[in-house]
Amino acid sequence: MTDHELQLKSFALRRAMLNLIVGAGAGHTGGGLSCMDILNVLYNRILNVSPQTFGDPHRDRYVQSKGHCVEALYAVLADRGFFPASDLATVCHYQSHYVGHPTRHIPGVEMNTGALGHGLPICIGMALAAKMDAASYRVFTLLGDGELAEGSNWEAGLAAAHYRLDNLAAILDHNTLQISGHTRDVMSNEPLDEKWRAFGWEVRSINGHDYAELTEALTAPSESGKPVFIIANTVKGKGVSFMENVAKWHHGVPSDAELKQALAELDASEAALKEAK
Amino acid sequence: MSAPAPSLFTPAAKATAEKLGLKMGRANLEEFAATLEELAKANPNIVAVTSDSRGSGKLAPFGKALPGQIVEVGIAEQNLVGITAGLAACGKKSFGVSPSCFLTARSLEQIKNDVCYSDVPAVLVGISSGTSYGALGTTHHSLHDLAVLRAINNLTIIVPADNFESRQAILAAAKATKPVFVRFGKAAMYGLHKPDTKFEAGKAITLREGDDVAFIANGETVIHAVLAAAHLAERGIQARVLSVHTVKPLDTEAVLNAGRECRAVITVEEHMVHGGLGEAVASALLHAGVCKPFRIVGIPDEETVPGAQADIFRHYGITMEGLSDTATKLLNK
Ligand SMILES: Cc1ncc(C[n+]2csc(CCOP(=O)(O)OP(=O)(O)O)c2C)c(N)n1
Repeated sequence: MTDHELQLKSFALRRAMLNLIVGAGAGHTGGGLSCMDILNVLYNRILNVSPQTFGDPHRDRYVQSKGHCVEALYAVLADRGFFPASDLATVCHYQSHYVGHPTRHIPGVEMNTGALGHGLPICIGMALAAKMDAASYRVFTLLGDGELAEGSNWEAGLAAAHYRLDNLAAILDHNTLQISGHTRDVMSNEPLDEKWRAFGWEVRSINGHDYAELTEALTAPSESGKPVFIIANTVKGKGVSFMENVAKWHHGVPSDAELKQALAELDASEAALKEAK
Repeated sequence: MSAPAPSLFTPAAKATAEKLGLKMGRANLEEFAATLEELAKANPNIVAVTSDSRGSGKLAPFGKALPGQIVEVGIAEQNLVGITAGLAACGKKSFGVSPSCFLTARSLEQIKNDVCYSDVPAVLVGISSGTSYGALGTTHHSLHDLAVLRAINNLTIIVPADNFESRQAILAAAKATKPVFVRFGKAAMYGLHKPDTKFEAGKAITLREGDDVAFIANGETVIHAVLAAAHLAERGIQARVLSVHTVKPLDTEAVLNAGRECRAVITVEEHMVHGGLGEAVASALLHAGVCKPFRIVGIPDEETVPGAQADIFRHYGITMEGLSDTATKLLNK
């Protein structure tokens, strides 16, 4: 798929995500929209996983540490054919395994996450297992910038560098917002590039909505055996004007009218992009 | 060097052990480490994960012999459990080894989510458990571990009593396809089992038959129940002794049989009296309508008395003499 085709797909994915959030009556709208392009590139271009090969021990591993944005993951996995899109109508419903955070009950999900600060340590175990087996698969995780306040990330930051896990990439969805507002006001964590570099990682700062930059950052092999920390600068609520950079959309569920407007905006942007080709 | 720890056994207890023909073995922790090393030599897929706990876990020889099968994470117990889970998710048989006090408190959320909820076949090994660290104080005691772990779904919890049970627990854990927690103390333990004993996780082992009182015990307290039973027999009281090495799933059948067939039930554990083996047994008995005179012997809900493990056991009556006394009083009530 070309960048243009992938970008066009992102509109359908965003619409699917908003629809399922409304159907669920709950969800993480802002952070889902901010990481959708990252997931789109990962699952459609980078990860060697598919519904057919998901059981292959040599598959790439993706663990979504910011598990609350499971709705974006559900939309991408359904689009990749891991399960029927009709399943998305059951998210958060009684007796549906599609709960509000990732679980291994769902085809395509590697680990149960949702408590923040767990993904990176798990991925270190996975990357170490790959090294021990001399296997070539890569391991990816997605972190939130608010999530970085969890100390376990920094424990893991030391360990990944110590073990020179060049098969590991941590992607930061750097949307600069968390539940209560700006991360810089809640608990400042900048300069993140210098911090992770000082921890012994190779740091790449990119535009997290740019398909070429995402592809390059997620593909390029690590220099000098270091794990890779990708600071993907994103916009929380990306793609829906009234949700962009507004903290309350962290877990805001659109009303019928808001959904209609959001879908219309996405339709219009999609049409404009088609034109642009 | 610290002063030698006082013995867990009084001269009278030692004499009773000798009369019973019991032989002193090594620490369960040492048995664990030797067994794991033996298994890992035969199975390169076994990986030990330590948090600056290689020495405390007696795994230094393991590390020397199998440097490619041990992962050091530094003093970072949350990371230890996450990494152990990630290794297990990618096909390794991983053993996360850390003092039980830290492992089951600092990294409880990782145990709950990364291991149990994610359902990976990792083994968590709580070393120097209970009051093994004695006079180091409450920071280093794990008297909460069974209670918190019992409240987590999808975890087999094993508390071996002697070297035999320790070895068997590790053999079982190495084969398990589900999460397992095993807890080991530091004190040298008497061997309690005949060589032909069968060990199965989830099945209690009857060490002595009797129908006056049942001692339902686990871990390093079992020997004291065995000695107390011998002591009581000299006074005409027949005590049954069960080693309930697996706290979860509990061998309800063995517990109910003991409750139905004996006049009184006493549970014994190196754990807070809340939430451990005692309350598990009480719940099983009550649900089945078996109401006998009952005591939970363990560490009471107070700041634990300072002292070595032996001092603590004596203080709270986890000795041959103390348990005999509890049994006599309960039966005479
Ligand atoms: C350990 C833990 N604490 C708290 C929460 C509740 N929580 C869910 S999302 C969130 C904010 C996350 O912010 P950030 O990491 O920046 O994610 P994003 O903005 O990308 O959605 C919080 C506090 C949690 N899921 N886990």
